Amino acid sequence: MKHTHFKILTAAAMAILATTACTKKLDLSPTNDITAAIVYNNPAGYKQALAKVYGAMALTGNTGGVGSADIPSQILSDEGNSDFLRGFWYLQTLSTDEAGWTYHGNTDPLGIHQMSWSSINQTVAGAYYRSYFQIALCNDFIREASDGNLGSRGITGASADSIRKYKAEARYLRAFQYWVLMDMFANPPMVTEATPIASGLPKQIARKDLFTYVESELLAVQADLLPAKTNEYGRVDQAAAWALLARIYLNAGIYTGTTRYTDCITYCNKAINAGYTLHSKYAELMLADNNLNTDEFIFAIPYDGTHTQNWGGTTTLVHGPAGVPASVSGLSGSWGCIRVTQQLVGLFDANDMRGQFYTSGQNLIMANLLDVSTDGYSSSKFRNVTRSGGPAPNKDPAGNWSDVDFPLFRLGEVYLNYAEAVLRGGTGGDVATALGYVNKLRTRGYNNSTSGNITSSALTTDFILDERARELFWEGLRRTDLIRYNKFTTAAYLWAWKGGVVNGTAVDSKYNIFPIPSTDLTANPNLVQNPGY
Amino acid sequence: MITKRLLTGMLIPFMLLLFPAILFSQGKTISGKVTDAKDGSPLSGVTVAPKGFSNRGAVTGTDGSFKISVGADVSTLVFSSIGFDAKETAITGNTISISLSAVNLALNEVVVVGYGTAKKKDLTGAITTVGTKDFQKGNITTPEQLIAGKVAGVSVISNSGQPGAGSTIRIRGGSSLTASNDPLFVIDGVPLDNAAISGAGNPLSFINANDIESFTVLKDASAAAIYGTRASNGVIIITTKKGKGGKLKVSFNSVNSLSSVIKNVDVLSAGQVSTIVNTNGTAAQKAMLGTANTNWQDQIYRTAFATDNNISISGGIKNLPYRISIGYQNIDGVLKTDNLEKESAAIAINPTFFDNHLKVDINLKGSMETARFANQGAIGAAISFDPTQPVYNPKSNRFNGYYEWLDPTTPTGLNTVAGKNPVGLLNAGLNKGTPERSIGNIQLDYKFHFLPELHAVLNMGYDVATGKGTNYVNDSAATGYVAGGLGGSNNHYKQTQTNTVFDFYLNYVKDLTSVKSRVDVTAGYSYNDYLYKYYNYASYTAAGVKYPGTDPTYPFDKPEHTLLSYFGRAVYSFEDKYLLTGTIRRDGSSRFGPDHKWGLFPSLAFAWKIKDEPFLKNISAVSDLKLRAGYGITGQQDGIANFAYLASYNLSNVGAAYQFGSTYYQGYRPSGYNPNIKWEQTATTNIALDYGFLNNRISGSIDFYYKKTSDLLNSIPAPAGTNFSAYILSNVGDMNNKGVEFSINVEPVRTKDFTWDVSFNATYNKNTITNLTVLPDDPNYIGFPSTNINGVQGFAFLNAVGTPKSTFYLYKQVYGKDGKPIEGLFDDKNRDGIINENDKYKGKQADPKTFFGFSTSANYKRWNAGFVLRASFGNYVYNNIYSNNGRLNQVLGSTTTGNASANYLETGFKGTTDQELLSDYYLQNGSFLRMDNAGVGFNFGKIFKNTANLRGSITAQNVFVITKYKGLDPEVSSGVDNTIYPRPRILALGINLDF
Repeated sequence: MKHTHFKILTAAAMAILATTACTKKLDLSPTNDITAAIVYNNPAGYKQALAKVYGAMALTGNTGGVGSADIPSQILSDEGNSDFLRGFWYLQTLSTDEAGWTYHGNTDPLGIHQMSWSSINQTVAGAYYRSYFQIALCNDFIREASDGNLGSRGITGASADSIRKYKAEARYLRAFQYWVLMDMFANPPMVTEATPIASGLPKQIARKDLFTYVESELLAVQADLLPAKTNEYGRVDQAAAWALLARIYLNAGIYTGTTRYTDCITYCNKAINAGYTLHSKYAELMLADNNLNTDEFIFAIPYDGTHTQNWGGTTTLVHGPAGVPASVSGLSGSWGCIRVTQQLVGLFDANDMRGQFYTSGQNLIMANLLDVSTDGYSSSKFRNVTRSGGPAPNKDPAGNWSDVDFPLFRLGEVYLNYAEAVLRGGTGGDVATALGYVNKLRTRGYNNSTSGNITSSALTTDFILDERARELFWEGLRRTDLIRYNKFTTAAYLWAWKGGVVNGTAVDSKYNIFPIPSTDLTANPNLVQNPGY
Repeated sequence: MITKRLLTGMLIPFMLLLFPAILFSQGKTISGKVTDAKDGSPLSGVTVAPKGFSNRGAVTGTDGSFKISVGADVSTLVFSSIGFDAKETAITGNTISISLSAVNLALNEVVVVGYGTAKKKDLTGAITTVGTKDFQKGNITTPEQLIAGKVAGVSVISNSGQPGAGSTIRIRGGSSLTASNDPLFVIDGVPLDNAAISGAGNPLSFINANDIESFTVLKDASAAAIYGTRASNGVIIITTKKGKGGKLKVSFNSVNSLSSVIKNVDVLSAGQVSTIVNTNGTAAQKAMLGTANTNWQDQIYRTAFATDNNISISGGIKNLPYRISIGYQNIDGVLKTDNLEKESAAIAINPTFFDNHLKVDINLKGSMETARFANQGAIGAAISFDPTQPVYNPKSNRFNGYYEWLDPTTPTGLNTVAGKNPVGLLNAGLNKGTPERSIGNIQLDYKFHFLPELHAVLNMGYDVATGKGTNYVNDSAATGYVAGGLGGSNNHYKQTQTNTVFDFYLNYVKDLTSVKSRVDVTAGYSYNDYLYKYYNYASYTAAGVKYPGTDPTYPFDKPEHTLLSYFGRAVYSFEDKYLLTGTIRRDGSSRFGPDHKWGLFPSLAFAWKIKDEPFLKNISAVSDLKLRAGYGITGQQDGIANFAYLASYNLSNVGAAYQFGSTYYQGYRPSGYNPNIKWEQTATTNIALDYGFLNNRISGSIDFYYKKTSDLLNSIPAPAGTNFSAYILSNVGDMNNKGVEFSINVEPVRTKDFTWDVSFNATYNKNTITNLTVLPDDPNYIGFPSTNINGVQGFAFLNAVGTPKSTFYLYKQVYGKDGKPIEGLFDDKNRDGIINENDKYKGKQADPKTFFGFSTSANYKRWNAGFVLRASFGNYVYNNIYSNNGRLNQVLGSTTTGNASANYLETGFKGTTDQELLSDYYLQNGSFLRMDNAGVGFNFGKIFKNTANLRGSITAQNVFVITKYKGLDPEVSSGVDNTIYPRPRILALGINLDF
C-alpha cells in the first residue's frame, strides 16, 4: 500500500520533471523586438528599416525627445548632443568665426571654439561615433537588400526595384558619412558590408584612398539613384550625389594633394542643370515650413515637432542662439548658448539681409567667450515659424522641438562651388557664369535688389570665401572652407577666442584634423592616432 | 492549582478528540520529572513520547513533571526538548526521573545549505546564520534590515527612510563592476529574482519579518558554488518559521512606533535670504521677495505613527504540524502623505507520512500592499524653495490654493521653469500602488523504505506577483495645470511576474564505520523560469481623457529568462575530524548564445577539526578549533539584458519617426549585440579558523578571502563601425577583492538570573580593478565613469585599473589664502591652460575599507536590554546638497528667488560655473558610528489567570550617528548624497503575548 503511494508520487514527480525539462528550452526570444528575418520579409519592412538608416541622421534615439539612445551615454552623457547634425555642426561651426558657446559644463562642447580639443573630447567622439552608427546601419541594410536576400525572401518585380533604389540610397548615405570622416578625421577605420557584425578589427584607410572610395561609390550609385527631383522628400536622388561629388572635388587638394576643379565644375553643372532654382526669399530658407523649398533644396534632413523629436538638430539651432526670445524663435525660449564673433558680423554690410543677427541685448564684441551670453551677436537665421509668421503646423504644445529642416545640399552652395572652381582654374566653366551665379545669390540676399551685385574684378577666391560665410553661415561648412583657404589654424585670419585668446591666435596645424577618439584606439589596436595628438 | 486543573480538564477532552488512537491503547501510565543536568532545576516543555510515536507525546509542566499513558507494548520513552540532547529510557516502572544535558547549541545547530542541510560542526565553507534571537529589534519594515551589522562581510545599507524602501546589500564587496552586485535570495527553497515589482519599494518587503526564523549567508565559493551562475555575490537563504507540532500555541505581538526626522538640511533662513537678495539682487529679484518666514522642511515632514501587528498560531494536528500567521502593518512615512499598508499571511504545514519516510513541507506566503507614494521631489524642493514665500496663496484657490511662482506671459500663468511649492507637490494628487505577491513551495522529502540512507527530494515553488497602481495628479495642481483644457494625469501601470522553480535531487548519507568514514552525496536537477509581463498604457488627463500621441508602440512586453541546472555535492568525513566537500554545478542560461549557454562551476573545500585531535582533546579551555580552506568558482549572469547575445530590431516610437514624402515612418533599428558573451566568473579562495574557548563562552571565526573576478561583464567600446552600438556588453576585465572577516561572541556572564552576551564583527575589504581592456594595460584607456552628480552633466567616479571601483574622479580644488575654495579654480594637472577631463585625479573611494558591527544584550531575571552599533571607516561621500544648493544663484535665480545650502555662507560661491560641482571640495569623510537600536524589555510573566505570558519592550532606533560628514546622513550607498529621504529616529513600543 505504502509502496503504491510512493510509486504514484515518484511517477508524478518524474512526469513533471520530464515535461518541464523538455518543453522549456533555453532558446527564448524577445516579445517585441524582432529578428532580421521578420523585419525584412516584406517590402514594407525594408522601408521601415530604411527610415532608420535615414533617421540615424535626424534623430538621437528610438524614442521621441529622449530615450533609447543610438549613441550610448558612455560616449555622450547627454543624448541631446548625439544626433548627426549637432555633432557635425559643433565641429564645423563652433570651431570657427561663425559661433562660440557660452557654457562649459561636462556636456558642453568644451574647447571647440578655443581649438583645444584632445582625443578624449566628448564632442569629437560624439561626431565620430554618430558617423559610424549610420555607416553600420547602411552596411546592414546593404547586406539585407542584396539580390540574394530579395530572391530568397520572394520579393520581386516593382517591390524589388524599389528596394534596389533604397540600397543605392544607403550606399549614398554611407559615402556621405565617409566624406564627413575624411574631412574631419582624415584616416579613419574602414568598414563595409563585407565586415560582419561583432567581428574583427577594422583597418585604417589613408585619406587619399578614402577619397577614391567615396568618389567611386558616388559615381557607382548615381545610375541607381532616382533622377533629380523625382524622389520622395527626405530621400536622396542623383543630384545629391552630384552635389557631394562637387563638394569633394572642390576640396580634393586638401584630401589627396591633387586638385580636381574641373571635375568639380562638371558635377556642379549636372546639379545646376537638374532643374533647381534659387528660392525667392533668403529669409524663408530656414523656417518651419522650409520643406516647401524644394526649388532650391537638393537634400535636407527633415525635422518635425511631433514626429521627429530630439534635442539636437535644428532644435539646437533655434533654441541655442543667445537672447532670442520665444516670440522670435517660435520655440519656448533661448538656451543662451550660441553667439557669433564680431569678425563674422563684419563680413556683412547693412543692406545684406543674409546677416540675420539678433542684436537686442547683445554686444557686438565677444569680449568674453564663457559664461557671458550677451557678448557677441546672436542669430535668428533658424526660426520655428512658418513663412506667414504662424506657428509650425506640427509644433509640440510645449514648444520644445523644431520643425525646421536642415538642407545638407542646396543650390546656393553649388553656385559658390562652381564660382570657386572656375576662379581656381577648373575648366568647363567660365567667369561670366560664375559672376552670374554669385550675383543671383547677392541679389536675393539684398532683398531682390541688385545694389549688392559685384563686378568680375571683385570676384576673387578670397571674395568667395567671404561670400560663402555670408550665404552659408551656420550651414555646417565653415571649417572645411577655412581649411581649404589655409586660414583655419594659421595667423592669416584670426577671430575672437581662436586658440583661446580674446583677439585670436594661430594654433598648431594638427588642429586641421580631429584626433581619433581614445575610446576607439582602445577598442581597435589597428588604429594609429593622427599626427600631433 | 485550580487553573491547572481547569486547564487539564479542558485539554483532556480536546486530546481525546484529536487522538482517538489513545482511547484504544489499554496500557500503562507513567509519571515522573525532568530536570536540567547542569543544576537540577525542573525543565518545562520537554516532550515525552513512546519511541517511534513522537506524535503521541506529553509535555512536562513548569515543575518538570509529566504523566503519560502508553500502550502495553511500549518499552522505551524518548525525552526531547529544543536545546537539549534527547535521551531514551527503558520503561522499568511507573515513575521515571531523568535529567537532560544542554547541547552544545552552536555546534549541533543544523544549518540550511543549498539543496540540503548540514550540521554546523561539519561545515567547510564560510556560512553565517543569524536567528531570531540575534535580529535587529524595533519597527522593521523590510526583512534584510534584521541582519544589518550582524554578519561579518555583509553590508546592509537602507536606501532611504521611506517605509518599505529596500537596501543595498553587499557580501564581501560585491564581485562585479557593471552587472549585478546583489546577492541571491532563496526563501524556503524559492530563489528570488532581483527585479522590482511596480508599485512596491522592494521585493523583500513582501516577506513579513515576523515570519522569518533565520538568515543563512553563504559567503565563499565552497558554500555558494552549488548555486552556480547566481552565486558570485553570495547567497542569503531565508527560512521561515514552521510549526513544531505539539499543543496549540498562539502568539500575538504588536509594535507601535513614532518616527521623526532627526535634523533638517542646513539651509538659509528667511532673514538670510532677504539680506542676500537685498544686497546682491537686481531690482526685479528684490521685488520677488515675500514677507513670510516658512521653514519648508518643517512643512513637509511630520511625526509619523506606525503599527505592526502579528498573530501566529502553531501546533500540530495528528501528523500535521502547522503554523499560520497573519500580519497587518500600517506605516506612515515621515514625509507627509507617505503611507504603506500591508496585510500578509503565511501558512506552513509540514506533515510526515509512511512512518516518517515521507516528509512534506508546504509553505505559502502572501501579501497585499497599498502604498501611497509621496512625491519625493518635495524633499529637494523644500531645500531650494524661497523661505520668504508663504505656503498658501491667500488670494487664489488656483493650484489647489498653494503659493506658486507666476509668470503672466505664459498660457498657464505659471512660471514654467520655477520650482514648485513643496507642500503643493505632496498634495497634488495620489500616487497609489497596490501590489500583491505570493511565494510558496511544496517540498517532498522521501526516505527510501528499502534504503533509508537515500532520500529523494522534490521541491516545486512559485513566486507570483502583480504590481499595479495609478498615478493621479489633479488638474488644478501646479504640476498638472494646463491652460484652458484638460490637465493633470491619471496614468495606470501594471506588471505581472510568474516565476517558477522546480528542483529534484537525491541525497545519500552513509556512515562507513568500518573505515571511520561518512559520506554524504547529493545530485540533482533544477529548473528556474522568470517570466514577467509589463503592460504599456497611454497617458491620460486627470479626467481620464487620453493625451494624443501617447499610445504605446506595443501593448506589453514579456521578458523571460530561464536557468537549467545540474548539481552535485559530496561530503566525505574521516574520523569525524577531516572533512572534504566538493560541489559542482552545470548551469544553462537563456541569456547567452548557443555556444555559451552552459557553464561549469566547481568547488572544493577541506576542514580539519583540530579540537578533536588527541593533543587538544583534553585541553578543556579550548572547546572548539577548526581550520577551513576552500576554493571554488562561481558565476554571474544577473544584471544583464535578456537578449544581449541576439541580433534583433527595435521599432522606434511615433515621436522618433522619419519623413519620406509626407508620411512619417517608424524605423527599425538593429540593436547592438555580442554573440559571444558568457557569464562572468569569480574564483574565491577562503581560509578560516573557527574557534571556541571556555565551554564556547568565547567563540567566533576569522576568515581570509581572495576573490578574483574575471571575464567581467562590462560594457566596453566596440571598434567603431563593427556593431550597432558603440558600447557592447562583453567579457573583458578583471577585478579582485581581498579581505578579512573576524567575528567573536562572548558570554561574559552566564548565571541563572543574569546572562550577558556580546558579539562583535569586523570586515576589511580591498577592491582593486586589475584590467578593463582587451589588451591589458592599454594607455589609451583611462577607465569608465559612473554615477551622475545632480546639477551638472558629470560623473562622480572613475573605474580604472589599479584603483578600487567607485573611486572619486574630480578636479582638485584650489584654495585662497583665507583657506576658502576659489570658485572655478582647479589644479591644471597637465598645465595646458585648460581645465578638462585630463585634469581630474583619482582620489578617495566610496566603499568603506572597514566596517564593524557590535551587539550586546543582557538578561536579568525578567529584564532584558541590549543595543546594536554599526561603524564604517574609509568611505567618502560626495555632498551633492552642498555642491548643487550651496551657490548664490540658488538664491538669486534667473526668474525667481530661492534658497541655498548654508554651505554658501562658507564658500560664497556664485554659481557661475557648473564645473565647480566637479570639485573635490565637496568630497567628505563618510566614516561613521551609528547606534542602530537600543532597547529594554520586561517579561511580565503569566497573566490572564496563567493562560498567557506577556512581554513588553521599548526600543529606540537610529539612536545616534557620530561622523565628520557634514550632510544629513553619511550612510549613502551610492557615494553621492542627493536629497535622500531622511532616515527617521523611531521610538517603538512592543508587546508580545503568548498563549
